[in-house]
Amino acid sequence: MSTTSAPTLWKRDHFIKNPLLRWIIIISVLAYIIYALNEMNFNLARMKSGWPRAVDFFQRMFPPDYSRWTMIYKGVFESLQMAIIATTVSILLAIPLSLAAAANISTKFVYVIARAFIVMARSFPPILVAIMFVKAFGFGPFPGILTLAFTALGFMGKLLAEAIENIDKGQVEAVRATGANWFKVQLFGVAPQVMPRYVGLSIYLLDINLRASTIIGIVGAGGIGGALFNAFHRYEYDTALAILIAIIVIVLIMEFISSKVRSRLQ
Amino acid sequence: MLSVKNLDKTYPTGQHALKGCSVDIDKAQIVSIFGPSGAGKSTFIRCINRLVEPSGGEVYLDDLEITGLKGSDLHKARRQMGMIFQEYNLIERLTVMENVLSGRLGYVGFFKAMFRRFPQETVDEAFSLLERVGLKGYHNQRADALSGGQRQRVGIVRALIQHPKILLVDEPTSGLDPKTAMIIMKLIKELAIEKGIPAIINIHDVKLGQDYADRIIGMADGVIVFDGPPSKVTAETLTMIYGEEDWSKTIRKVEDGEE
Repeated sequence: MSTTSAPTLWKRDHFIKNPLLRWIIIISVLAYIIYALNEMNFNLARMKSGWPRAVDFFQRMFPPDYSRWTMIYKGVFESLQMAIIATTVSILLAIPLSLAAAANISTKFVYVIARAFIVMARSFPPILVAIMFVKAFGFGPFPGILTLAFTALGFMGKLLAEAIENIDKGQVEAVRATGANWFKVQLFGVAPQVMPRYVGLSIYLLDINLRASTIIGIVGAGGIGGALFNAFHRYEYDTALAILIAIIVIVLIMEFISSKVRSRLQ
Repeated sequence: MLSVKNLDKTYPTGQHALKGCSVDIDKAQIVSIFGPSGAGKSTFIRCINRLVEPSGGEVYLDDLEITGLKGSDLHKARRQMGMIFQEYNLIERLTVMENVLSGRLGYVGFFKAMFRRFPQETVDEAFSLLERVGLKGYHNQRADALSGGQRQRVGIVRALIQHPKILLVDEPTSGLDPKTAMIIMKLIKELAIEKGIPAIINIHDVKLGQDYADRIIGMADGVIVFDGPPSKVTAETLTMIYGEEDWSKTIRKVEDGEE
């Protein structure tokens, strides 16, 4: 045994090693949070005074009023149709887009353009895109479908391109070696490898689009969202609850179907 | 049949993988290429079917100059060269039959391939080749459900169904147990003889390579340092290819000389 023993105490290094810098950062972040809470008037007193109104609001929601059932039904049905059309369009367009945006398939020039498009499509939330499209194309489901398809295309294009970038090159090489042209290489070398991901993403996308389609109606882009917004505006909270329940039921049904399909895919 | 002249390859990284390699194969024979990792064996056979673009030199298959072909002419030339890979390179998620039929992709149209409408005679041939390699009844199994040896048999069938004029084989036995490795080498040799085509086989296993080859090519650092019959491979040859080591145990029948 050696007499000069190794140190027995051990502490993990701090993420920021310089103690002065570390404490400056901690204190300034805390100070800013306190300042922001004050500035935004985010406090308990306001929470307290608002509480009875919230309770009143929820009480007036019950019982849900289904008297305007046809209006709810039509809105929900429109949302569903918007989601299905937008999903179909975007998963089809996502195939060429993701090939163009995959570094291992595409050429540099095409890659940059495709990636730029994806970044653009992904940087705006659907509601902002919907506002722009409603301004451009007028009210109704048409701008709604465009909105959903556009944002979904960004999402799908990015994730599918990443899946394509991660494929096994050996399988692609083997297909090239048979003398297959570019399209057939994609068909046999690439497609089988990303197919489970593609189907999984498509179902997930339908899910996302359905939820989004209920929201974008608020800015006039069709679907059930508009009806929901109007009901709140007219203080018809019981009708609003009926609409909310209809949305929840649809989302649950979709959830059920997609989980069934996904478990079949494994 | 195959003529390679002064083949040269420098990768964009600056690595000079092939330094003027010339090989002529004028009859149906099994050629084993020996060489340490990084000697340029893989690059060499990939430059023949232009999966890797050579930087210089010429490759002729019969009278066709492979180097210099573009687009669909290149695809047509590749159809005539069957390739068998290290780690099999099967399309894992597809069935054995789809993998075999993929060997005919150079001959069928896109939509026919997409809906798997391959000509009946191709399907017939696929069945008989699968039976020939001992995979009868496996056609609907997924490739990823097979064992290593079975996968490589599928790889062999995929190459043969192309009706190639030559087989390019890259480390066919790596990752296989010794017995399976022998069976695979035997199968490749038998089938090459049956079809009357030459096979170029990159192989690490010196013993196996010698046993099944009619001719040995030794590569070191991008240069061909040996070209001759297996019987001429001596301890000195192996030292030349791989570097200094006691090779006496590795050499088969050095003292016997000719077979």
